[in-house]
Amino acid sequence: MVYNIKVDYFSINIIKKAVIILKDINNIIYLDNAATTKLSPAVREAMEPYLDELYGNASSLYSLGRKSAAALENSRARIAEAIGADPREVYFTSGGSESDNWAIKGAKHLMEKQGKRHIISSVFEHHAVLNVLESLEKSGFEITYLPVYKNGVVEISDLEKAIRPDTGLVTIMYVNNEIGTIQPVTEIGGICRSRGILFHTDAVQAIGSVPVDVKAINADFLTLSGHKIHAMKGVGILYVNKRIRISPFIEGGAQESGLRAGTENIAGIVGLAEGVCRAVGGMEEKHARLMPLRDKIYREIMKMERVHLNGELERRVPCCLNFSFEGVEGEALLLQLDLAGICCSSGSACTSGSLDPSHVLLSLGLPHEIAHGSLRISMSEYTTEAEIDRFLEVLPGVVDKLRKMSPLWENIIKNS
Amino acid sequence: MIYSEKVLENFANPLNVGEIENADGIGEVGNEKCGDIMKMYLKIQNNIIEDVKFKTFGCGAAIATSSIATEMIKGKSIDQALKLTNKAVVEALDGLPAAKVHCSVLAEQAVKSAIADYYKRQGVDPVPIVGEIEDHCDGQCN
Repeated sequence: MVYNIKVDYFSINIIKKAVIILKDINNIIYLDNAATTKLSPAVREAMEPYLDELYGNASSLYSLGRKSAAALENSRARIAEAIGADPREVYFTSGGSESDNWAIKGAKHLMEKQGKRHIISSVFEHHAVLNVLESLEKSGFEITYLPVYKNGVVEISDLEKAIRPDTGLVTIMYVNNEIGTIQPVTEIGGICRSRGILFHTDAVQAIGSVPVDVKAINADFLTLSGHKIHAMKGVGILYVNKRIRISPFIEGGAQESGLRAGTENIAGIVGLAEGVCRAVGGMEEKHARLMPLRDKIYREIMKMERVHLNGELERRVPCCLNFSFEGVEGEALLLQLDLAGICCSSGSACTSGSLDPSHVLLSLGLPHEIAHGSLRISMSEYTTEAEIDRFLEVLPGVVDKLRKMSPLWENIIKNS
Repeated sequence: MIYSEKVLENFANPLNVGEIENADGIGEVGNEKCGDIMKMYLKIQNNIIEDVKFKTFGCGAAIATSSIATEMIKGKSIDQALKLTNKAVVEALDGLPAAKVHCSVLAEQAVKSAIADYYKRQGVDPVPIVGEIEDHCDGQCN
């Protein structure tokens, strides 16, 4: 058989370009999993029927609606079991920021009833916590922000000293999103429970990396998000201890016991449940695989000149490391890595959209110029050793290139 | 915040990187606390900028503006170089994100600062010619 195919120059070029784009995407080394993660095939598969034929509104009485309602309640039960909660304690939200907002604003109403006006948090919380606290400060609440020191961990003794008779809420994250250090939430929760203080923890970066059990840590509120665990963006939960009557966050229909109105995102919720179960079930395997990779990155990067690990190595999740490279600016570093197909992030001022480097890095006591040179590397279950090797091969050359054109580096070397 | 292709191109392959030995004028603006330092070296003969090099510590936009600004004054007279505005730098890069416009100001000031240094070395007061160098970065980021 003879095929007579005419291919003109124009179509060849289009094909060539398409091949290059596909190759580029496939070759990306994604080391920014603390920012977001790729959808896992299992989550996609779980979601698919609800994106397709099972599109019913969970509030509708006919069978199509009932199927959505069943999926909703099944997802709630799966998540509750994974975090040691009762299904009635799990509320679906649009994600981490909403859950943090709801927990703190809800606690505010409860505190007002009790006549309490003092809240304890830490200096390096996510802005979804810090900005809410800032607005509470304007309405007369007093906030104590615990320091985190060079190692990036709050001290229990500081918490004990900060507690007052009118302290009504402690909100401290489980794992810091920029440096990956683990906070002593079990001790914090125990102290809060014994003193009658509400305890909220943002566990967005914790789930799948450390055990998350709401009973063990005595949490009253706990935040989780889908897109950090290979599920969808725009979906998360707020756990609310059933002894607490939280005020509604979105008023409208009767969804989520009338506390968070709006037609439920069934596909996203089903995917979230799958993501949470996979994250919790796969934690030990992920830990065993990522620990050696994390230690390899640490070992190799620390061989470079004038580099610092931000936050301590010991109390840290296996997937996240944060370094500062003296004489180099973080955004330039990540753009250079991007040219080599590697995705990382930085807490430099230039990436934060303000003139200051990230509040997290400054909270560790880093001088501005060192905080500007930060690079966060965050892995996932999909990160391979070959990818880490490639990253470690590219990084020294990139740092060297930027240092060679840096007048700051010139001064550092001259003055050393 | 999205960079234009032109910015990325100038960042990936910056022109005129380096130092000039026995430069006739050297200017440095910005500071490490703010995360941007630009240092510019000029070789000047008969009022013409024969060569220009830079070293920059800073973000992608800082490196790109240094590259394009040095390119824009190379081979030009001092008078022409003094007319380089940050706006022209931004235009030459097909725009900069709002948060990065200060990098173009820094590039303009780096050129002026190097020319001021040239006049000083000639024993000429640069202020009436170059004006005051506005270093927008005072190290007080708050």
